Amino acid sequence: MRQYRQSEPVDFVIVGTGAGGGTLACRLAEHGFSVVAMDAGPYFRPLEDFASDESEQTKLYWTDDRIVDGANPLQMGGNNSGKAVGGSTVHFAMVSLRFRPEWFKSRSLLGYGADWPLDWREMWRYYSEVEDALKIAGPITYPWGPHRPRYPYRAHELNAAARALADGCEALGIQWTETPIATLSAPRGLAHPCVYRGFCTSGCSTNAKQSALVTWIPRAIAAGAEIRDLAMVGRIEADNSNLATGVHYHRDGQWRFQRARNVVVAGYAIETPRLLLNSATDRFPAGLANSSGLVGKNLMVQSNQAVWGTMEREVRSYKGPPSLAITEHWNYEDKGKDFFGGYCYMSQGPLPQLWANTLLSARGLWGPHLISEMENYNHVVGLKIVGEMLPQEANRVTLADETDQYGLRIPRITYSWCDNDRRLIDHSLAFMTEALEAVDATDIWRQNDDTCHLNGTARMGNDPLTSVVNADCRSWDIRNLWICDGSVFPTVGGVNPSLTIQAIACRTADRIKTMARRGEL
Amino acid sequence: MPDSRPGTRFPGYDVLSKRQGPSWNEKTREVIAKRLATASEPRFFTADEFLTVVAAASRIVPQPPTRRPVPIAALVDRKLHLMQSDGYRLPGTPRDGEAWRLGLKALDLETRVAFGVPFHILKEADQDFLLARMQSGELRDPAWTDMASDVFFRMRLARDIVLAYYSHPTAWSEIGWGGPASPRGYVRIDYDERDPWEAAEVKGGNVVAARRKNNRVR
Ligand SMILES: Cc1cc2nc3c(=O)[nH]c(=O)nc-3n(C[C@H](O)[C@H](O)[C@H](O)COP(=O)(O)OP(=O)(O)OC[C@H]3O[C@@H](n4cnc5c(N)ncnc54)[C@H](O)[C@@H]3O)c2cc1C
Ligand code: SF4
Repeated sequence: MRQYRQSEPVDFVIVGTGAGGGTLACRLAEHGFSVVAMDAGPYFRPLEDFASDESEQTKLYWTDDRIVDGANPLQMGGNNSGKAVGGSTVHFAMVSLRFRPEWFKSRSLLGYGADWPLDWREMWRYYSEVEDALKIAGPITYPWGPHRPRYPYRAHELNAAARALADGCEALGIQWTETPIATLSAPRGLAHPCVYRGFCTSGCSTNAKQSALVTWIPRAIAAGAEIRDLAMVGRIEADNSNLATGVHYHRDGQWRFQRARNVVVAGYAIETPRLLLNSATDRFPAGLANSSGLVGKNLMVQSNQAVWGTMEREVRSYKGPPSLAITEHWNYEDKGKDFFGGYCYMSQGPLPQLWANTLLSARGLWGPHLISEMENYNHVVGLKIVGEMLPQEANRVTLADETDQYGLRIPRITYSWCDNDRRLIDHSLAFMTEALEAVDATDIWRQNDDTCHLNGTARMGNDPLTSVVNADCRSWDIRNLWICDGSVFPTVGGVNPSLTIQAIACRTADRIKTMARRGEL
Repeated sequence: MPDSRPGTRFPGYDVLSKRQGPSWNEKTREVIAKRLATASEPRFFTADEFLTVVAAASRIVPQPPTRRPVPIAALVDRKLHLMQSDGYRLPGTPRDGEAWRLGLKALDLETRVAFGVPFHILKEADQDFLLARMQSGELRDPAWTDMASDVFFRMRLARDIVLAYYSHPTAWSEIGWGGPASPRGYVRIDYDERDPWEAAEVKGGNVVAARRKNNRVR
C-alpha cells in the first residue's frame, strides 16, 4: 500500500471508509487523485479475525458513548453503525435495493418530504455500476419499477423463512421476489460463494459478503490510495479564507495533522454532523458547513417493526443470509394507504442472542417464560419492514457536554416519531399479521419498537438556505469540504440505503473528475 | 407435541461436539475456549454486588439443577471489566458499569426496606416480585437518582444477563441452534431440512431416534 506524508497535502483526505467513504476513495484513486482514507476502526482480515460468534463480533460495532433521547430514543450500537475499515457494511445485512424513481422527487410528485437534486435516470446508471461492482445476486426480472438490467449473479435459493414470506405474499395476492443481495452466489476470484452460515450481521468470516472491505477498499489500494486505520478524526481545520486545510486525527496515542487540498466527511449520519459541529471555529461558530443551520437536523432512521410467529414445521432461520425474500409491494402501491411513503418487508433470521433480547425487550419475557419460548427458536418465523420515516428538523444530532475517550464532545441523538411514521407502522403490522396468518403461523405477535439505518443530518439540495451540500456532495459554505455518506439523503424511502449511498459516491467521484478537468475544484 | 420440560427437546445434542470439526474456525475455537474458562470470581463487581447479580441471574434465566450452570454473573462481570459497552444510554443513565453499580445499590436498598434482608437471601418468589416491579418501573426510591428502574431492567440488568446466557454453548445446545458455522455453513435450508451436523428435535415422541442423530453430530 502506498503511503503519504502528513506534511504534504494530498488531493483528498476522506474521513470514514464505509459505503460512502470506501466507494469514493476507490473511485477517486482510480481517477488519478491522491487519497488518504482514515477510519477510526481497525482493518480486519475476516478469514483470520472473525469468529462465528455474536459476542466476539461486537468488536465491529461503533460503541463509543452516545446519549439518546426524545419520545422514541434510538437503539444505537450493533444495529446501527460499524467502526472498521469498510464501515457498517462489514456487518450489514447486504440487502441491495434501488430507490423507487419518484422518491427522488417526493415533494413534487408525491407531496411529502423534500426533493433530491438528483435525477433518477442518472441514478439508475450508477445503481447498475454498483450492482456490478458488488456482483449482486438477484432475480432475473424484478417485479417493481422501471426496467433494470439483470443482476450480475443468480439469485440465492430460498430458505424456509424466505419461503414463508413468498407463500404469504401469494396467499394475499401480492408479488414477492428473491432479495437482491451482496453476497456471492457463485465464486468470484479467490472468494467462495456464500455458505449460508447466517452470521452476516456479525461479519462474514468467509469473504462471500461483498462489503466495502472486500470490494472497494482493495481496489482503492490497488489504485494508489492509502487506508489509514485506527485513526480517529477529531477536528477539520478551516482557515480564514473559507477553505479546509486538513484534519486533526488521533492515532497511536497522539494527535496528528494530515494536510489535504480537499476534505471529505463520510462518518455516517451521527459521526458526520458530530465532526462538523466539533470543528467549530470563531469564523464558523455553529460548526463547519452549517450556514443553513441544518447540520445535524432531519435525522431519519427507518422503521424496522416485525411480526413474529411459530410454525409447526422447523424453520431454522439461522441458516442463510437473514433476508432472502422480499416484497416491495407497499413501496410501489399507493392505493389503500393512509400515510405518505412506503415500506418493504423481508424474511428474518435472528441469531440466539438477538432473538433472546428481542423476546426480553419487546415482549418483556424473562424467567421460565423466556427459557421455554427460546426452545421454540427453530420454529420461529418473522417478517420485518424497512419503512420510510419522514424528515423532521426536531430529530437531530447535537453535542452533549460530556466527552469521550479522545476528549471530544459526544453526540446527543434526539428522535421522535411523527403521526405519519406511526400510521405507516400500523399499516405494515396489520398487513404482515395477515401474511403470517395466511401461512398458518401460530402465536403471532408484533414487535412495535425497532428502527434501523441512519440518514439525513447533512442533506443535499439545490438551495444553500435549505441544504448543506449540493448534488455533488460539495458543501455550500466551504468549497473544498465534501460530505459523501448516508447523511446527504433528503428523504429515506422504504428500502435499505447502502446501494444508494454507493451510487451517490460513484457519481460524486465522476463529478469531481469532470470539475477538476474544468478547473472548478 | 414436544416434551415441555426444559432441556429435553434435543436429547444428547451438544454444540461442543463440533468444536474440532469444519464448523469452527480457529478464531472461534480460541474465543469460545476463553469464554468456557471464565473464572467465577468477580473482577468488576464487589463481593456483595456479585451475590446480588448471581441471585438476579438465576431468576432472569433459571437453569436446571441437572447440569453445570452457565456462570452468567461472571460473564456479565467480565464484559464490564473489559468495558465492553453498548455505547448508548438515556439521559440520566450513567455508562454501563456505573449504571450497574447504581442499580444494584438501589435494588439493595429497596430490598432492605421492604424485606429487611439483602436480595440474595430472599425467597425466590420475593425476588421475582422485586424484579417484576423493577421491570414495570415501580421501584422509585430516591437511590435510583435519574435512572428509571424499568430502564435499568430492560437496558442493563436483564439485557446483560440474557445476552451472557445465550453467549454460552450450553444455552445453544438447549435451544437446538447449530452454533458456530464457519467455514462449513449449511446445505439444507428449506422447511424441515436438517444437515447431519444440526440438532435433531424429538419428533412423534421418539427420543431414541433424536438422541441417535444428535450423538452423531460432529
Ligand atoms: C446491522 C446492520 C445491517 C444493515 N443492513 C443493511 C442492508 O441489508 N442493506 C443496506 O443497504 N444497508 C444496511 N445497513 C446500513 C448500511 O450499512 C449503512 O447505511 C451504510 O454502511 C452507511 O454508509 P456510510 O458510508 O454512511 O457509513 P458507514 O458505512 O457506517 O461508514 C462510516 C465509517 O466512518 C468511520 N468514522 C466515523 N467517524 C469517524 C471519525 N471521526 N474519524 C475516523 N473515522 C470515522 C466509522 O468507523 C465507519 O467505519 C445495515 C446496517 C447495520 C448496522
Ligand atoms: S450467510 Fe453467507 S454472507 Fe452471511 S456470513 Fe455466511 S457466508 Fe457470509
